[in-house]
Amino acid sequence: MSIVRIPPVLRQAVGGEREVDVPGGTVAEVLDNLYAAHPAVKAQLQSEDGELHRFVNVYLNDEDVRMLSWLDTPVADGDRILILPAMAGG
Amino acid sequence: MARSYQDVLASARERIPEIQVSDLAEWLDSDHAPLVIDVREQDEWDEGHIPGARHVSRGFLESRIAGVAHELDAPIVINCAGGARSLLAGISLAEMGFSNVKSLAGGFSRWKQDGHDYTVPSALTPEQRTRYSRHVRIPEVAEAGQLKLLDSKVLLIGAGGLGSPAAYYLAAAGVGTLGLVDDDVVDVSNLQRQIIHTTDRVGELKAESAKQTIVGLNPDVTVNVHPFRVDQSNVLDLMNEYDVVVDGADNFPTRYLLSDASLMTRTPLVHASILRFEGHASVFTPYDGPCYRCLFPEPPPPDMAPSGGEAGVLGVLCGVMGSIQANEAIKVLLEMGDTLSGRLLIYDALSMGFNELKVRRDPDCPACSDGAKLEFRDYEAWCAGVRDHSEGLVEA
Repeated sequence: MSIVRIPPVLRQAVGGEREVDVPGGTVAEVLDNLYAAHPAVKAQLQSEDGELHRFVNVYLNDEDVRMLSWLDTPVADGDRILILPAMAGG
Repeated sequence: MARSYQDVLASARERIPEIQVSDLAEWLDSDHAPLVIDVREQDEWDEGHIPGARHVSRGFLESRIAGVAHELDAPIVINCAGGARSLLAGISLAEMGFSNVKSLAGGFSRWKQDGHDYTVPSALTPEQRTRYSRHVRIPEVAEAGQLKLLDSKVLLIGAGGLGSPAAYYLAAAGVGTLGLVDDDVVDVSNLQRQIIHTTDRVGELKAESAKQTIVGLNPDVTVNVHPFRVDQSNVLDLMNEYDVVVDGADNFPTRYLLSDASLMTRTPLVHASILRFEGHASVFTPYDGPCYRCLFPEPPPPDMAPSGGEAGVLGVLCGVMGSIQANEAIKVLLEMGDTLSGRLLIYDALSMGFNELKVRRDPDCPACSDGAKLEFRDYEAWCAGVRDHSEGLVEA
């Protein structure tokens, strides 16, 4: 089970939670399981063809998964996954 | 039985070896130059000193030596004006365990007389020395650092939630020139977080209002009011006038514009953004660290990017993040410590936690990679998701 941190703009889609526990052995599996549990998240993270939007960053622990094996990056029990859209407020 | 001054000096001379100015000059030119500590009073130091010397006046020698000399057996040469006070200071250091201390015979007077180079520092005024005394006491800042801050120029984009605390602290710190870019006027709904403004200035230009506060706080600071929006036509000229840019903008088009312009002018960009209880901060050092577009290659669509006006923002959060920006700007200016370059700091005020993510230079970054064609685009259209109308758009 990994811990997925939900950014403020997505919290409504997961019932207000800031962190959710999600199973899965890769980043793709964790995201799929997150979508299964919270379908409203999917449209905000993925385009219609199933690709993760370019404006969404996903980190495994403190590393951008673009620098690892992207969606195939293995996820271990207790790993932290962070979904990070940009914020503009100032 | 009382010992005379001459007796004390004579016994000091027996314990502390003296060095001649010509020998010191030669030693300073070598690869293993000693640490020179000048123990004269401030006004004497201000009139000129041996290049590279550190100043610790005799009265503070014992309490402050640890900030200057770190190894007990490293060579130290002490100088004063004529060579007497330095002998007595040498006794103190020897008693503290410094084993390789010499006193400069004839002191700075003979150094100067013999025609050796000396440095005349630009100095803080007595009033500034008092105002910035808590900075000057920090070894990493000291008088030289404070003088550098006074000589520095920081451009703040936005005099709002982030810009208020950032400008306030940079002004207090004595950053000599602050540029404030904001075309907005103070609204009463700003005052829950934009602490540089006041209730009686509602309706005034934010940049003017902020200037009034800054001038009242610190008359050393020159405030340049830029009461317009930063855009492609003015951003390069603006940035070229400043050493560091603090990004406190409230929209994506401006943030991407600033990122590209910071690369074009090679001006470090101190970033922060805020929403509700969450803050992000980083430092983008052009072509040395990642840029904003290495981190976020593309803006989110408007519905995924609510503004603070729509989604709300905790007022105090602005104080935390704006202060972090001021802190990072000062470190960039003084070239000290480790900045947030290459890291994104995430602050969650609700759980009270800081997270740190690695941000790396993207070898395919559309803005700062080797092959990138860096040019302005229609940021408004791009961020609004109007892809057909934007020039030079990268393939999604």
